[in-house]
Amino acid sequence: MENLEKLKKAFSESLEIPPEDINDALSYGNKSWDSVAHLALVASVETEFDIMLASDDVIDMSSFLKAKEILGKYGISF
Amino acid sequence: MSAIEQLFSLPEYSIDNDKKRKLLLSELNVLTKFHYSNCLQYKNILNNLNINPETELDNIEAVPYLPVRLFKTQKMQSIPDSEVLKVLISSGTSDQQVSRIALNRDTSLLQVKALASIITSYIGNKRLPMIIIDTDATIRNKSSMSARGAGLVGLSNFGRNHFFALDENMNLKVDEFIDFVEKYKSEPILIFGFTFMIWQYLYKKLKHLNKKADLSSAILIHSGGWKKLLDQAVSNEIFKSELYDHFRLKKIYNFYGMVEQVGSIFMECEEGFLHTPNFAEVLIRDYVSWQTLSAGENGVIQTLSILPRSYPGHSLLTEDMGTIIGIDNCRCGRKGTYFTVSGRVPKAELRGCSDTHAETVLSAGS
Repeated sequence: MENLEKLKKAFSESLEIPPEDINDALSYGNKSWDSVAHLALVASVETEFDIMLASDDVIDMSSFLKAKEILGKYGISF
Repeated sequence: MSAIEQLFSLPEYSIDNDKKRKLLLSELNVLTKFHYSNCLQYKNILNNLNINPETELDNIEAVPYLPVRLFKTQKMQSIPDSEVLKVLISSGTSDQQVSRIALNRDTSLLQVKALASIITSYIGNKRLPMIIIDTDATIRNKSSMSARGAGLVGLSNFGRNHFFALDENMNLKVDEFIDFVEKYKSEPILIFGFTFMIWQYLYKKLKHLNKKADLSSAILIHSGGWKKLLDQAVSNEIFKSELYDHFRLKKIYNFYGMVEQVGSIFMECEEGFLHTPNFAEVLIRDYVSWQTLSAGENGVIQTLSILPRSYPGHSLLTEDMGTIIGIDNCRCGRKGTYFTVSGRVPKAELRGCSDTHAETVLSAGS
């Protein structure tokens, strides 16, 4: 699976949003993305890419666009 | 760089207090004006007190402050309902009224960033296996959240493989707890919970069962107040020494914070004092004259925080008593004001003086 699809899958499953509704503009505070869902999202992204995010990256991951940027630091490109 | 950007970019607890107060003041002035223009209740209160929000204050003591109780009786909100992301609700132990704090995206993100700056300065940037001494039912409600839930979720960002150690009846999942500690024995574990719950549901339970767990490399962060434990004659010193005796738990940090100012918490240092982070300051006021008191003098705690953007909670008079111990010179090495909390303001004192600032403001707001 392409990285973009994997990331969309992680977002879709944890935030309970259809994959087609996930785009760069999706950000914290939209739809079901609140502080509790954020914990599920982090776990989901980590599982999907088999990585462990640092605390500051967990905090900074406040949009779909930002998530792609952060994953770049872990060697995952989009 | 703006004041708020500087406060967020400088290392936590690194700013000399004079400089920090200047940065805080410029941001607090902005917030006073903002909330005056956007929260009718706040505007009415300031008007009734003859405070002009356009006056550029030159010291932090002059920033108007609201009694925290006001958030229990008034809807204090500076944003339209359509911008409300989440409503936080205080636990409301002694009386039935609860505070309702409306958060928007900006405030919520600032709270999370501030908390991260504080907590990572204590435990590092690597997320740790985490035990939460609570039940996961606490965070299930989506639209509103208790103060307890907000604390749990906020701290959970710094952990991974989260384990909620209590069931819905507050019973410790003993075997799972022991297994979790064993599984992660080669690395530090982060444990978080409310002070009373750690004592009652973790420590007492395992002591009663005579079960040991080696928590010598764990870090315990706890909050929620000492009232219930002081009723059992358990002080912070006793709490720490008992947890050390039973679990070899050495790194224990209490923090003082409130639902009305989530994020800018006051963490205890290795010397046992509470420290003001970059984003906040405390003042101590005499409850008769309402003048600020010097280090060493006991009075009512006022907390100032630059985080509240969606409600006028940037300067609050708490109902707690405390004492500033010193500024910039704690032996732990952290800069800023450090203090202790001695307990609640006696109810009689709050009622006793009819012309207190608190009551003036309350009547002005009603």
